Amino acid sequence: MPHEVWITGLGLVSALGEGRAAHRAAFAAGTPSPLDAVSHAPFALHPAPVLELDRQIPKKGDQRQMEPWQRLGTYAAGLALDDAGARALAPEMDLIVAAGGGERDLALDEAVLTALAPLPPAEAALRLNEMLANGLRPTLFLAQLSNLLAGNISIVHGVTGASRTFMGEEQAGADAVRVAAARVAEGRSPAALVGGAFAAARWDVLLLYHSGGLLRRGASFAPVFARGNAPGAIPGTLAAFLVLESADLARGRGARGLARIEGMACEQARRDGTDTSLAAARRAAARLDLPDGPLVVISGATGMAGPAGAESAFLAGLDRAITLRAAGNRFGWGVEASFPASLAMAALALSDAKLPAPLDATEAPFEGAPEKILVTGFGAWRGEALALLGRIPEEAQP
Amino acid sequence: MSDLDPAFHDHAGRPIVVVTGIGLVTPLGFGTEANWAALLAGTSGIRRITRFPTAHLRTTIAGTVDLPEEADGPMLTSSERVGRMASLAAEEALAQAGLGATGGFPGPLMLGMPPVEVEWPHRFDLASRVEGEPRYKALTEAATGLESLFGTACFGGVGERLAQRFGTLGAPIAITTACATGASAIQLGVEAIQRGETEAAIAIGADGTVQPEALIRFSLLSALSTRNDDPARAPRPFEKTRDGFIMSEGAACLVLESLAHARARGAVVLGRVRGCGEKSDSFHRTRSNPDGGAIIKAMRNAIADAGLTPADISYVNAHGTSTPENDKMETLGLRAVFGEQVPPISSNKSMIGHTLSASGAIEAAFSLLTLRDQMLPPTINHVEPDPAIGLDVVPNFSRVAKVTNVLSNSFGFGGQNVCLVLSGETV
Repeated sequence: MPHEVWITGLGLVSALGEGRAAHRAAFAAGTPSPLDAVSHAPFALHPAPVLELDRQIPKKGDQRQMEPWQRLGTYAAGLALDDAGARALAPEMDLIVAAGGGERDLALDEAVLTALAPLPPAEAALRLNEMLANGLRPTLFLAQLSNLLAGNISIVHGVTGASRTFMGEEQAGADAVRVAAARVAEGRSPAALVGGAFAAARWDVLLLYHSGGLLRRGASFAPVFARGNAPGAIPGTLAAFLVLESADLARGRGARGLARIEGMACEQARRDGTDTSLAAARRAAARLDLPDGPLVVISGATGMAGPAGAESAFLAGLDRAITLRAAGNRFGWGVEASFPASLAMAALALSDAKLPAPLDATEAPFEGAPEKILVTGFGAWRGEALALLGRIPEEAQP
Repeated sequence: MSDLDPAFHDHAGRPIVVVTGIGLVTPLGFGTEANWAALLAGTSGIRRITRFPTAHLRTTIAGTVDLPEEADGPMLTSSERVGRMASLAAEEALAQAGLGATGGFPGPLMLGMPPVEVEWPHRFDLASRVEGEPRYKALTEAATGLESLFGTACFGGVGERLAQRFGTLGAPIAITTACATGASAIQLGVEAIQRGETEAAIAIGADGTVQPEALIRFSLLSALSTRNDDPARAPRPFEKTRDGFIMSEGAACLVLESLAHARARGAVVLGRVRGCGEKSDSFHRTRSNPDGGAIIKAMRNAIADAGLTPADISYVNAHGTSTPENDKMETLGLRAVFGEQVPPISSNKSMIGHTLSASGAIEAAFSLLTLRDQMLPPTINHVEPDPAIGLDVVPNFSRVAKVTNVLSNSFGFGGQNVCLVLSGETV
């Protein structure tokens, strides 16, 4: 790689709070994340923290043009720019977003179904046009369109380099960072703002993910590698954006790096018998320059049994002492935001020279300062992603 | 061969990226040659919508693709249509390229597609399984175990099925940049080859969202033409009476390869993706900045990335949506980039309508055919020239021309603008 790629800022919003300080404190205390077991029962979720939107989205007009998911992402993107002190870079910065979308007007959907589901299909189709034409708000389309999170970040924060929006659940978050880092590494772009957002408290997305059998049923929390007879993900509202830039640019403008990206690899097993998740993860690992000896791993495990089993087998196959911290034990399952959030957690640990306190028996105590961290992302349905982050030596910092 | 072999590298020292396979599905038909012949003949693919009732809709015309599997059954959902058309385009492109036809393609899939979701037919089906009020909580319970619904409506599903079908390597990437999506997919593939991550990639742009809710949503933005009485004459890019775009469907696939890889296996080179440029706008969710800054920069970035100057561009495959705003802004941008010497431009959308997430890829495919045959496709329905435009839009009839480099423009809602430079002979 001609350019070393640094993470110089992070914008993190989860049920634990917002920003570095809130997350640092929660990670150190080892306290469990807040859980809302009521609003969307029988599914529990990690709720959104209270955000003062005006701090990152100053114009009310802009706030009104977005639904909660876009507001959350736009907010976190601004936090990342501020954390990196990178506002001045925004006009030429790449913007790569791993997007959700499709936030529905739930009341309208329910009204339509209540009125039309009992009718014969031909009559229902006619009335559907009428009810949608009269009921859909003109602003809703743009307020929930996937690429409009990036559009809103451009408008609100002035990020106007390359703009790309990836779709594809967790894997989209991993590929977004991989492509952003590759463009910075090859010198095509000086810096990138990359990440994703997920608003958990939405029946429309819960319906989709539950149809895929991805959600844990029940009111209680259990660690992602110990969900035994009630496997599945506990969704968590989550937004994570990272500022990536070349080490030269960061040093030149006096910006300290939190961590450097030493490698990323994304694979996708078919998981249909011809290819396994374990094999895919091993292909990805072969493209990383993993160090010898004990390894610190920040896992993106979702709580799904199959991928968790594949990940355990993969880590065991590395044949060394592993110190594990599961991002999902702290954030819940943030879908597109998951991989960027795991990277943010790793970058913070490298920068602070301190791992989060253990939350359960799978997380062994670790007192030292981590030098390198392997970040994993075994998607709930598909996708195996790995990243290796390294500590930036003090002499390399500005 | 050396990494520095100038025969295989461009002005920036990057591997030259060529196209060795093209596949096309549009409202004009299935297959590249059928589409190209219809386009050169000035045929319109716009017609009255018959797939679903159009009562209460402000716009009742579209460029629909009638899939054989819909002839006797219910209409497919958007996600299924996107996957089906993408698959048809990819089959054709891979067969032409002679690469990966056996289900093992030696590179990644870059898929430009619209966001997909649970749709009305799914919701009605779930409601039919609910006793009592069809509230979301009950619908969610009714979705228990419906893994096929998840596979259809999740974002990763379409790409996953295509990756499985064509045996692409790594994780497929699905991208959306609104109306620039198809061009973004090509750009992702080109960059992966230029970086040396792969020697080949499949780039697809596909869209199939002509359904009632999507039509209503675009209507609410006042983006669509309402010239319902005369569908074939409705899209009028750059014409004085233009009144909006026409929603359409389709897909295009390009097989991208490094020139070295294509030559080494003796493949026929159809053309070259010489440059890509992008620039996003921070002005407004649906409108360009009145100064045209971002679209001007996107065009200039693409021309510079190709190692060319504006004078080297022989023809522009315009975005040309037929909305009053786009065509005015694109004209302003073209004048800023090319000055008094704006080359001929034309809009494929005058015939096929706006295929949205597919358009950047479909128009790149037509640009390559323009180069191959040295024929400019027309802008049809050019009845009353708009004095505010005043460009050579290749009105109504195709034309023989010497074409060396084509600029293909794609400008999206949300301010995402991507331009490609496509060229013919590579050496």
